[in-house]
Amino acid sequence: MTATPAPRFEAAIGRYLGLELEGQTHRLYVEEAGTGIALLCLHTAGSDGRQFRALMNDAAITQHFRVIAFDLPWHGKSSPPEGWQDREYRLTSAAYVNCVLAVADALGLERPVCMGCSIGGRIVLHLALAAPQRFRALIGLESAAHAEPYYDLNWLHRPDVHGGEVCGAMISGLIAPTAPARERWETIWHYMQGGPGVFKGDLHFYTEDGDVRGRLGEINTEACPLYLLTGEYDYSCTPADSRELARRIKGAKLAVMPKLGHFPMSEDPALFLGYLRPVLEQIRTAR
Amino acid sequence: MAQALDRLLPQLANGDPALTRRGRFLDVTFLLKVGDSHYLIHIHRGRLEAIEPGPHVQPRWTFALAASQEAWETFWQAVPPPGAHDLMAMLKTGALRLDGDQHPFMANLRYFKELLALPRAKPEAA
Repeated sequence: MTATPAPRFEAAIGRYLGLELEGQTHRLYVEEAGTGIALLCLHTAGSDGRQFRALMNDAAITQHFRVIAFDLPWHGKSSPPEGWQDREYRLTSAAYVNCVLAVADALGLERPVCMGCSIGGRIVLHLALAAPQRFRALIGLESAAHAEPYYDLNWLHRPDVHGGEVCGAMISGLIAPTAPARERWETIWHYMQGGPGVFKGDLHFYTEDGDVRGRLGEINTEACPLYLLTGEYDYSCTPADSRELARRIKGAKLAVMPKLGHFPMSEDPALFLGYLRPVLEQIRTAR
Repeated sequence: MAQALDRLLPQLANGDPALTRRGRFLDVTFLLKVGDSHYLIHIHRGRLEAIEPGPHVQPRWTFALAASQEAWETFWQAVPPPGAHDLMAMLKTGALRLDGDQHPFMANLRYFKELLALPRAKPEAA
């Protein structure tokens, strides 16, 4: 008889969180790993918190940071609210800001770092406006003040086109061609698993409701530092979009990341962590 | 590359079982424009059944994809530069134009992205 090898569990622990949002009870899936400064991670449109798997498995990061990722309502393992079957899902700036703050409150996080990608990279700008004092620092990945739609979003949700197939195929090009195959296809799979109309509903925020161009001058990076990291292959939020953002926000620090696209933490984690570590180190050792 | 497309593309497509399986419900004729060179491409059950180089008299097609020869050559580089690396990226920049009934294209988006990337040069062994 040989001894059964120990199970190869990863560091992350997942739990379900009850939360009141927009007057309804929600069931949110929250995952975390590590101890120290809370680092609240926000996934991209139409995906879920699995995008941050590499951060949660990086001992050098989890040694100093409590990495937390939750799935937005309707996403991943979070349920849509009761009555969803007769509603069209559309994410708004107000609901998204409220959700992030409610999760931080529910978990008792004291001035967490908040890092979001794409729609998450947009909402950190809204958080910088609404509640800078609540955060130790904000990190916008693939962050722009606005995005113009470049295809008809209706293709993402109609009965004669498979939603999972089209969402996966649509975003595949936003991944850098140099990304390792395993991480590329994992990233695409998350999109293929999204519920009907959810990606499209997130893009309502990304392309319409979440436009923050008119308020960038009000962002005070002295109240809360803002870091921006954008992949060179991202044609949704381009390096030019992020440069324009950095130009208009005094004190914002931008790095453009070669050989990365729209999902840096998920499409090529090893490469991305090389860009993220110095930012986290600056945040940790500030003052 | 563009000159050899009518010879190369059927070979590459029909030699790719994952692609032909993915397209098993796909029957469509589309027009591919590589600069001034036009190709009428017939797909049947995911196989590239025929490719007819132009000029065509009264061609019939469901949708058409058009870009300059230079844009396609850039797209077919082993590691294309940002913005030239994906059909949707090229649509956004305006380098690629999509006309006609887009439904079969969108419903089989992965198929068409992969079909049209087949002539891409393989990255050189380091």
